[in-house]
Amino acid sequence: MKEELTTDQQIRRKTIKAFVGFGLASLVPIGVWKWINSRPELNNTLAPLRKTLEFNERLTGKLLADSHLAPTFPLSQAQKKVRVNGTEGLLSPIEANYKVKIESGNNIFEVSLDELKALPKQEIIFEFKCIEGWSQIQHWAGVRFVDVMNHYKIGQKDADNLYKYVGMETPDDKYYVGIDMPSAVHPQTILAYEMNGKPLIDKKHGSPLRLIIPVKYGYKSLKRIGVIKFSDTRPKDYWALFGYDYFAGL
Amino acid sequence: MKKIVHKHPLAIRWFHWLNFPLLFVMIWSGMLIYWANDIYKIQVGKTVLFNFFPESFYAFLGISGQLAKGMAWHFATMWLFTINGISYFLYTFISGEWRLIIPEKKSFKEAWQVVLYDLGISKVCPPQDKYNAAQRIVYTLVIVMGFGSILTGWAIFRPIQLSQLTTILGGYEAARLEHFVLTIGFVLFFIVHILQVIKAGWKNFQSIITGFEVKEKS
Repeated sequence: MKEELTTDQQIRRKTIKAFVGFGLASLVPIGVWKWINSRPELNNTLAPLRKTLEFNERLTGKLLADSHLAPTFPLSQAQKKVRVNGTEGLLSPIEANYKVKIESGNNIFEVSLDELKALPKQEIIFEFKCIEGWSQIQHWAGVRFVDVMNHYKIGQKDADNLYKYVGMETPDDKYYVGIDMPSAVHPQTILAYEMNGKPLIDKKHGSPLRLIIPVKYGYKSLKRIGVIKFSDTRPKDYWALFGYDYFAGL
Repeated sequence: MKKIVHKHPLAIRWFHWLNFPLLFVMIWSGMLIYWANDIYKIQVGKTVLFNFFPESFYAFLGISGQLAKGMAWHFATMWLFTINGISYFLYTFISGEWRLIIPEKKSFKEAWQVVLYDLGISKVCPPQDKYNAAQRIVYTLVIVMGFGSILTGWAIFRPIQLSQLTTILGGYEAARLEHFVLTIGFVLFFIVHILQVIKAGWKNFQSIITGFEVKEKS
């Protein structure tokens, strides 16, 4: 009789303890959720989440190397109808005397399309990936950005170091991107002036010269390059200001 | 006379319940991401049977136009989901619990009997240990699915830096579909799991909170 009572007491005590513990423990995720949502936003993303995106960038950025190339595809797989997804920065007319303005430290000058076309041409057929979730195999050609840097001796902060970032802007400065240097000097990063084997003349696709950077989501592949500038601080980035990941690496 | 029978170790209870908010946030933020390119549907010939997802579904849950928010939550919570999942996985090995979860040879035959019994078609229920044959199969499958979600997730998160993984999974677009199908699988599991828990009753349910069941001593 006595033993049964103690077992019953034990059961009750243990049950109450467990449920109180469970109740308290379930406050943890609620608390974390509330805390994250109470933090200030950094460029439209809650600070703890923005910090985690930057942590992911530091971690996976280390994987980025020349040896990690975007897979390429045979020409036959390239889409004839290349998808257009945005026209920010493309609405003003293209200047007749189109040139790209380059700023690298005190070295500020302009480069014409013909001068860039004189450099070795690089073709690429790769899977373009939009941050929205769609992808498309596309065929582009132009000059490798690293070749432009070496040819004009730009991007070099001093004898041993490159700047940490490249910023690019449309001529009207309505669209702009920031790119980390390892991604910018990646061998598949090109300033493109040809699409599907023909001169890039379609304004919607970024005529006359656009960035094609396969190691990033499409929104970094700025159309109609007006300005290229180097810096050690992060250049402004159109979509990152709307809450998207700044790195946007693939 | 009553006695206390220990059923779920404290660690298992923690892993189990942590999965609840974590998986919830992963699926919710995943939907915010999927919305931006919601191309999947079930189709027979030219007849669309179901669109993932109808506009009313998005409107009801309020998930339209929040891609950036979805990505931010998804790529932060993924770490906690992964840590919890791997910890659970390792714990089952350290504790020996895995023996109670992994299907046995007879489980595949018995699982049908369990299903028929649960549906009320058959009156014979095969004897079981901690988990019955159907539970063993499904719980093991869910662990495999968890790993599948992590791998397909990374294949679409870093498809160039991890291009070998993406290629093994059939490419970028295939990996995205696999990631989606696995998520639907988790939702279906969740629904069946809830129904089974309701069916099994309060005593069974409270054991995942208290860790023990009260049995009559014979």
